[in-house]
Amino acid sequence: MNITRRHLLLLLPAAGVAWKHVMAGTPEAAPNYKITEHWWGMLIDLPKCIGCGNCVRACQEENDVPDGYFRTWVERYHVSDYDIENPQVDSPGGGKNGFVASKNKEGKNFFVPKLCNQCADSPCTQVCPVGATFISPDGVVLVDKEYCLGCRYCVQACPYGCRFINPKTDTAEKCTLCYHRITKGLTTACCENCPTGARQLVDLKNPADPIHEFLKTHSVQVLKPSMATHAKVFYNELDGSVR
Amino acid sequence: MNAFKNAGHLFRLAGVFLAGLMLFLTLRGFLVPKSFGQYGHYRGNSLSEVAARTVNFAGHQSCEACHSDVSDKKAKGKHALVNCEACHGPLAKHADDPSLQPAKLDTAMLCPRCHEANPAKPRTFPQVASAEHSTGLPCDTCHQPHSPVIGARAAK
Amino acid sequence: MPGIDGFMYPNEVELQWSVLIVLYPFLTGLVAGAFILASLERVFQVQAVKPTYRLALLTALSFLLVAPLPLQLHLGHPERSYEMYLTPHRTSAMAMFGFVYLWYLMAVLVLEIWLDYRREIVLLSQSSTGWRRLIYRVMTLGSSNIGERALEIDERTGWLITVVGIPSAFLLHGYVGFIFGSVKANPWWSTPLMPVVFLFSAMVSGIALVMVLYMLMTWARRKTIDMNCVDTVARYLFYTFLIDFSLEMLDLIHRIYEADDSFRSLDFMVHTKLYFSHIVVQIALGTIVPIGLLALTQVLNMSEVVRKRIYATSGCLTLVGIFAMRWNVVIGGQLFSKSFLGYTTYKMGLVTREGLLMAVLLTVLPFVILWVLVKLLPPWPERSSDSLPDATPAQ
Repeated sequence: MNITRRHLLLLLPAAGVAWKHVMAGTPEAAPNYKITEHWWGMLIDLPKCIGCGNCVRACQEENDVPDGYFRTWVERYHVSDYDIENPQVDSPGGGKNGFVASKNKEGKNFFVPKLCNQCADSPCTQVCPVGATFISPDGVVLVDKEYCLGCRYCVQACPYGCRFINPKTDTAEKCTLCYHRITKGLTTACCENCPTGARQLVDLKNPADPIHEFLKTHSVQVLKPSMATHAKVFYNELDGSVR
Repeated sequence: MNAFKNAGHLFRLAGVFLAGLMLFLTLRGFLVPKSFGQYGHYRGNSLSEVAARTVNFAGHQSCEACHSDVSDKKAKGKHALVNCEACHGPLAKHADDPSLQPAKLDTAMLCPRCHEANPAKPRTFPQVASAEHSTGLPCDTCHQPHSPVIGARAAK
Repeated sequence: MPGIDGFMYPNEVELQWSVLIVLYPFLTGLVAGAFILASLERVFQVQAVKPTYRLALLTALSFLLVAPLPLQLHLGHPERSYEMYLTPHRTSAMAMFGFVYLWYLMAVLVLEIWLDYRREIVLLSQSSTGWRRLIYRVMTLGSSNIGERALEIDERTGWLITVVGIPSAFLLHGYVGFIFGSVKANPWWSTPLMPVVFLFSAMVSGIALVMVLYMLMTWARRKTIDMNCVDTVARYLFYTFLIDFSLEMLDLIHRIYEADDSFRSLDFMVHTKLYFSHIVVQIALGTIVPIGLLALTQVLNMSEVVRKRIYATSGCLTLVGIFAMRWNVVIGGQLFSKSFLGYTTYKMGLVTREGLLMAVLLTVLPFVILWVLVKLLPPWPERSSDSLPDATPAQ
C-alpha cells in the first residue's frame, strides 16, 4: 500500500495542519497566525557565508524569479590592505552559480548576501503614487501586483537596488521575505537552503526567538544607515568597505 | 440681476465643473477596491493574495516526518544544520505525493558548490581543491553525504 | 558584462526611466515657461510682449495636452493610471501630479484661453459654417453675451486666473523637480536646488520657444516682426538664463567643494559618460554660447537683421541645451551605481514603445496641435479672413 500524505497527516497533527495549508495554497495564512503578533526581519551572519549561491537559486525556484533579475544576490568583496574606501566587488550572475576562486589570496575577501531590507521607514513605500507597495502590519514590505502601475518610482527610490520590474507582469517586484511561507510557520526559502546558517529569519516581536537574542549580544549593523530607512536586515560583523 | 446676466457664462462654466466633479466622485465610489484602506493605504486583500503563492520547498520538518532515520543520522554529523532541500532541491511536490520520486543527485557537481576552495570563504570552513583532492572521482566514493566525516560513528 | 564598467548591483544594470521620461519634464517646462511669458503682459503690464500673448497661451496648451503621453507610454500598466486619481498616496510627489496637471489644465490654462478668446468664439459661432460652427457653439457654453460689461468681467476674471496661474505654473514644473530632488537614494538627484533649477530652466526654455515660434510664424505669414517685442522677450530670456546658469553653477561648485561619498563616482561619470551631453551640449553650446550672444545684443548696438539672427540662433541653442539638461539629470542619474563602484550604459531603442522614434513623434505632435489651435483660435486677426472687428491691438 502506498503511504500517502493523508496517512501521515493522521499521525502528525501539528505538521499536518500547517502542511494542509501549505499545499492547498489556501489564501489565508495558517489559522493560528495573528498578523499583529509578528514583526519580521532577517539576520545575515557574515562570517558564516561561503558564497555557495544556494540562497539565490532557492529564491528563484520558490518565487519564480525571472532570469537576469534578483530578489536576493551575493556579492564578493576584495579589500586590499586597509583601503576600505576602494573595495573590488563582483557578483557574477548575482552569485547564483557560486564564485570562481580568484587567484589573489591577499587582502580581505568575503561574501555579502543582499536582499530587500524590509525597511520600517521605507523610501519605496513613501514614493509609490497609488499605494501598490506598502509595509504589512507584520513588517514585510510587499507589492500588490494587481494594483501596481509599473511607474518605476519605487525602483529609483530604493537605496539598496533590491527592486526590479518583472518583465512578465510589468509590475514592480522584490523579495517578499517569502511571506507565503512565514505566515504558515515555515522559514524563507533562502534561510531554509543556506547550508551554514548565515541567513536566519527573525521575529523581532518574539522574545523567545533565538535570533532576537543574537541581535542583542553581537555587533550588528544595517546597510547604509545614513539613509535612515530603519532597515530590518541586520548584518553581523559588517565590514566598513561594504556598499 | 444685471451682474448675474453679464456673468452668466461664468455660471455655466461653474456648472460644467460641478458636473465633472460629481461624475468623478460617483465613479470613484465604484472603482476604488473594497478592501482598500483596511490596514493602510493599500488593498487589504493583497496580503492574502501574496500569502497564497505555491510553496515549492517543503521545509525540513516535512522531510523529517517521513525520513527520520536519515535526519537522525544527519543530526549527529557535520551536516546537522544543512537542511535536506539545500542539496536535494525543492521537494514540496514529493512531500505531498511521495510516489513522485526526486532526481538522483550528482555529488561531483553538488559538493564543490560549497566545498571548493575559495579565498573568500571563511578560513575555518572545510574546503578543498577538488582536482587534487578527489582526482575526478565523485565525492560519495569516500564520503557519506548525510554524515560526511570519514570514520564518523554509524557512517554506513 | 558588456556595457558595464566596474560593479553595479545586479538589478541596476537596466535603466528604469527612458528618453520619454527625459521628454516629459522638457514638455511641461515649455508649458510653464510659455505661461510665465504670457503672464508678463497680463499681470506685470509689460505691453511690449503683447504680440506673443495669445501664441504663448496656445503653445502652452499644445504642449500640456501632449505632456501625459510619454508618461502613459512608459508605464507598465497605463490602463491603471486612473488609480492615481482614485487612491493618490499623499506622501508621493508623483501622486500629486494628476491633480496639479488637471488643475493647471482646466482651472488655469483652458479657462484663461477661453476668457481671452470668448468674444471671437461667440462671433465665429455665428459667422462660420459646418462642423466648425458646431465646435465654436460648444465652446460658447450656450452663452452669447459679449456686451461691454460681460467682457469687462472676463478681463477681470482672466487677470485673477493669471495671478493664480503663476504659482500654479511654478507648481506644475516645480513638483517635477521635486520628484527627482526628493529621492535620497540618488545623490545626483537629491538636492533642494532641484525644483528651483528645473523651474528656471523651464522658464528659459518656454520663453525661448515662444520667441522662436513668434519669429517663425510672423515670417511665415509674411508680416514684419515687432522688434520691440522680440527685444523685450530676448531681454527676459537673458535675465532668466543668468539666474538659471547661476543656480546650476552653484550646484556644481557646491558638489565639487563638499566632495561627499558620491563625488568621485559622479565626477568620473561627468568626465566620461556624460562628457558630450553635459559639458559640450548643455553647458558650452546650450548655455554659455546663447548667454554670450544675448549679452552682446544687450551691450552692443546691433542692427535689426543681426539681432534677429542672434535671437533665432540663441533660441534654438537654448532649447537644445535645456533638453540636454533634462537628459543629463534623468539618464545621468541612472548611469552610475548606487554602490559608487560602477557604471552602465543606456541602450535607447529606435522603434520601440519608449524609443527614439516615439520621442521624436511626441516632440512633433505639440506643433501639430498648435497648428490646429492656431487655425481654430487665431492669435493674430488677419486682414483677409472673416471680418472680425479688431479687438486686440496685435501687431
